[in-house]
Amino acid sequence: MSNGLALLSIFVLSVFIGFEVVSKVSTTLHTPLMSGANAIHGIILVGAITVADRADTNLELGLGIAAVVLATINMVGGFVVTDRMLEMFKGKPRVKKEVEITGGEAK
Amino acid sequence: MNQNLYDVIGLAVAACFIMALKGLSSPKSARRGNLIGAFGAFVATDLVFFAPGMTHHHKWWILGAIAVGVLVGVPAARQIQMTQMPQLVALFNGVGGGAAALVAIVEYLKLGSTASTPVVLATVFTVIVGCISFSGSIVTFLKLQEIMTTRPVIFPGGRFVIAGTLLGVLGTAEWVVHSLGNTSITVMAILALLFGVLFVLPVGGADVPIVISLLNAFTGLTVAASGYVLQATLLIVAGTLVGASGTILTRLMAAAMGRSLFGTLFGAFTAKPMAAAATGEVRTVKSGSPDDVAILLNYAQRVVIVPGFGLAVAQAQHTVRELADLLTSRGVDVAYGIHPVAGRMPGHMNVLLAEASVPYEQLVEMDEINPTFPQTDVVLVVGANDVVNPAAKTTPGCPIYGMPILDVASAGNVIFLKRSMRPGFAGIENELLYDPKTTLLFGDAKDSLTKVVSALKAL
Repeated sequence: MSNGLALLSIFVLSVFIGFEVVSKVSTTLHTPLMSGANAIHGIILVGAITVADRADTNLELGLGIAAVVLATINMVGGFVVTDRMLEMFKGKPRVKKEVEITGGEAK
Repeated sequence: MNQNLYDVIGLAVAACFIMALKGLSSPKSARRGNLIGAFGAFVATDLVFFAPGMTHHHKWWILGAIAVGVLVGVPAARQIQMTQMPQLVALFNGVGGGAAALVAIVEYLKLGSTASTPVVLATVFTVIVGCISFSGSIVTFLKLQEIMTTRPVIFPGGRFVIAGTLLGVLGTAEWVVHSLGNTSITVMAILALLFGVLFVLPVGGADVPIVISLLNAFTGLTVAASGYVLQATLLIVAGTLVGASGTILTRLMAAAMGRSLFGTLFGAFTAKPMAAAATGEVRTVKSGSPDDVAILLNYAQRVVIVPGFGLAVAQAQHTVRELADLLTSRGVDVAYGIHPVAGRMPGHMNVLLAEASVPYEQLVEMDEINPTFPQTDVVLVVGANDVVNPAAKTTPGCPIYGMPILDVASAGNVIFLKRSMRPGFAGIENELLYDPKTTLLFGDAKDSLTKVVSALKAL
């Protein structure tokens, strides 16, 4: 398999995994999930470090360094804020069941 | 480091990201999922310094830049109030898009005449979409922060300007692909930034979260495209995961709000500013005192509290809980009716109330609570408006038409705690305010609630 084709295969398979993992998510978790996914694309930091490392001119270095700063903010800030949101969800699934039970009785 | 080892660790990091997204889809595992993702990102960032072919010429610059990013990002994420969290996510998404665009620009500057067409195309794609994501996110930030108007910004001939800009972007892209040069890429980046602004301006305030989610997916795709250019498998996997899951999430959000994605994005192209109904007519509302409200609540059998963004802004979560506890102790059945998009984003209100440690069993989702409104004596709407606005059902053509609402009009009495008669985030008049069974209590939500609580204690 050529390199290009291998990368294309990875791309297509990743699309299916991406669709699959979030297909059944409750509205309660939409915001943290969006925020978590947002943090994951901060992995562009790896790309930013790579191009900054290879920079030959000051222009390339300047742009690369700016990219490193922005990507770090995206990644680190994203994970921290998602964690802060999720901190408030602890212990909930157990209580959630009780809601459904009492809700049923009320009807 | 040996290339094979590097690739194997990269694969493990990709697996971390898949587990992170999977974990985030269920409340039980969400926090662990996020930590797994953070761990993967941390490993990947360390690993790249040992990647084969690294020159380490600019190591200190890079480490310094990472330190700056951490010093900006962590305090921002820690200190932001939970009410302002959606705009912070928008901002983080924007800087991510900007980073991807910059990476692609640097790569473009390095492309020689030997570069293959797919690589050039992927680079150009990243620059365009990254720039759109960057400037679009900044506009959503300004809208959510209410630095600029939350209403759709529509100007005459707007759609031609937007279409023209898009054609301009594609035209310069053609130029960029055919003649590698600094001028062409600069012009293209500027046009793409402009397009991002124009693309988000016509979107109304209530639809902004959907746009953030969409731009999030866009940024994911740009990361995947950069991965292709840089031949970095990890970036392809991570970026594509975010792109695909972000697309699904955007559709889920649009469905939760009863909007079609297409309508959200392009509705404003055709929308005319709504003619103000019944202008000049002086309409009367019934406003009450905290004592009136306390009496209504005290003699009710069942009370449903509908919290909205106004509650969060006034930091009234604790006071509302105090009120609910007091009512419960007097034998009143109290529940909270949570609209899926109460607050600024789907699930935002659950986060805010959880922060005030409101018992989770009292939070009832819209589909479960709607059938119970006819048996409810009093609905207390605290700083919410759009999510209970019957216009969503009765007025075709209004910006929230079709959005499922909390059916509070079928309850015995409705009490609105509002700061003023100002319409909600979506900017639409609420007919319910003029309904004879509605009582309004004007003032800051926390202030009003405190007065109601003391009036209730005196009864």
